[in-house]
Amino acid sequence: MSVPGSSRLRRFRDRWNTLSRPQQWLALVPVVVLIYFIPVIDPPLLTTEPFTNFPIAMVHAAELALVAIGLNVVVGQAGLLDLGYVGFFAIGAYVAALFTSSDSMLHKLPYLATLPLAMGVTMIAGVLLGLPTLRLRGDYLAIVTLGFGEIVRLMATIVPQLKGQPGFQGVGHPPGTEADGQLIFSVSNGTPWYWLVVTLIIVILLLVGNLERSRVGRSWVAIREDEDAAQLMGVPTFKFKLWAFAIGAAIGGLSGALVAGQTGYMNNANFSVSFSVLYLAAVILGGSGNKVGVMLGAFIVSYIPDRFTNLSDRKYLIFGLFLVVLMIFRPQGLLGARQRLLARGRQAYQRLVGRPEQISNESSVASAGSEGA
Amino acid sequence: MSEDVEQAGIAAEVARMSDEQRTEHNIEVAELVAPDRPVEVDVGATLLELREVSMRFGGLVAVDDVSFNIRRGEILGLIGPNGAGKTTCFNLMTGVYRPTGGQILLEGKKLGRRKRHRITRMGIARTFQNIRLFGEMTALENVVVGADARHRTSVPGALVRSPRHFREERDAVERASALLEFVGIADRAADKARNLPYGYQRRLEIARALATEPKLLCLDEPAAGFNPAEKDDLMGLIRRIRDDGYTVLLIEHDMRLVMGVTDRIVVLEFGRKIAEGLPADIRDNPAVIAAYLGVPDDAPA
Repeated sequence: MSVPGSSRLRRFRDRWNTLSRPQQWLALVPVVVLIYFIPVIDPPLLTTEPFTNFPIAMVHAAELALVAIGLNVVVGQAGLLDLGYVGFFAIGAYVAALFTSSDSMLHKLPYLATLPLAMGVTMIAGVLLGLPTLRLRGDYLAIVTLGFGEIVRLMATIVPQLKGQPGFQGVGHPPGTEADGQLIFSVSNGTPWYWLVVTLIIVILLLVGNLERSRVGRSWVAIREDEDAAQLMGVPTFKFKLWAFAIGAAIGGLSGALVAGQTGYMNNANFSVSFSVLYLAAVILGGSGNKVGVMLGAFIVSYIPDRFTNLSDRKYLIFGLFLVVLMIFRPQGLLGARQRLLARGRQAYQRLVGRPEQISNESSVASAGSEGA
Repeated sequence: MSEDVEQAGIAAEVARMSDEQRTEHNIEVAELVAPDRPVEVDVGATLLELREVSMRFGGLVAVDDVSFNIRRGEILGLIGPNGAGKTTCFNLMTGVYRPTGGQILLEGKKLGRRKRHRITRMGIARTFQNIRLFGEMTALENVVVGADARHRTSVPGALVRSPRHFREERDAVERASALLEFVGIADRAADKARNLPYGYQRRLEIARALATEPKLLCLDEPAAGFNPAEKDDLMGLIRRIRDDGYTVLLIEHDMRLVMGVTDRIVVLEFGRKIAEGLPADIRDNPAVIAAYLGVPDDAPA
């Protein structure tokens, strides 16, 4: 498109796609190492200090990235517009709080045990929400999920056991103390939390990637592209939409539980509709349907307010302007949707046409052009 | 340039073959396309039966008490003027609509209230009058979605990459590749469906439908927008599909194509069946001629 950097991006992407899988893995190792060490390095231009503690800002970004990966399954891959995603996030956060906080009357569990528990509970919540609502499509589904998000928030206010505004203090954290007796996973120390979240992100990315390159991922994209045609081609659409909801919910619940542990407290103020919109903004900004894109989008959405805290309210003005400009020039998001949907696709394409498949639309135009030339 | 040719894979290889080699290759492809398909021993037996089927939309009767059979191994043409109810018939057979009256039976089993994807698994597949491909998927992926109709891997299997997942992936990609060759568009397998030329998109729809291993393939105006040469190619393809043992139901406006390729024809007008028979008989049938050309007010309908 008209963005100057896009042709370089395209060339990079095309070259990347010609690399074999092991080569790609190898190339990713230094990138991953760099990502792990960013909060320690605290690079001068990138740093959010003195406004926000840099490791804490990076934890925020990583947490939002995890949320965006989950929401991307629902919105980006299956094409289901979910405006109540914060509801799942809240359920996950409350599971962690209820089972670990000193303010809760429930049986105490080790914090790490609440992570899978939170995923399980939100998954069930996702199925319960999906069963009656996934017969709806498009705008109708968006409205119903919006309502769901509000219901969860209001429950947190109304149900006495969830403690509303005062909320829960002293939410648990992973075990471990440093040599001087300080907690490793303390509220003020972002780096260990960052490492935990990034590790979980990598695991989730691998699992979501497995789904993408399977019958499941293909069904999701088919549903997104044309639900009626998908049904008539034998895709059990309801079942796979429900799975998308359940998996998206589980990832949302996991991030909720992580945020609850990292901030150390949880109350009903963290779950307004505006968060759902913010999550959606991260997904769409980065590129709905592109896992790398949504993480990038999440980083920007989380980073800008932390970086420009000194501008107080105007930071959201900057953020809003940025969104508007970006959407005008790149409606598909920073990185457009892309997916590989075949586990054995590489070899097949090589055998059939002697080149890798077309993944993004931009490179398609480029390759069509070079073929003609 | 020579490197390009070497790299261009199967599509170029097929192009370089002699006619004899190509026939042999086509047989191999056909076997790959549907390895488990039972040999059609019952050619001529009833495959699909419409029994007094009606479809009302409010006050409008789109299909009115229509009965006909589709026999195994034939190419049946379904024709009629615009608005005669042809596509509605298709939609009834594939579960898009449920008939307000009558029954549809595939191999003696009622379609009843089965979901659409279940009907596809029973063995009815279709293409669309307005092409409805999955535009953001490559041609190969589109066909693999069709092949997935016969697969069982779900979320748990895909998460842990079970052996069945890999078996199905390999099988699906092999069959989908073979199908793309069969319909003659393997050279664009790696392109997104939305970027394919129109004729390729039409053929891709046929390949995707065949990938579901249908007993009955329903083609809804597959030649719409084709020039005469392309129509001839398509006729050849439809015949080859039938020769492979599929049964084909064809909606088409182009009379030359319909007369040239079908074994039998059913004619609808205003939702009613007005004629059924061999192409030659249909051509001379006064009711059909009247339906297409109009009749004076006082003539019998």
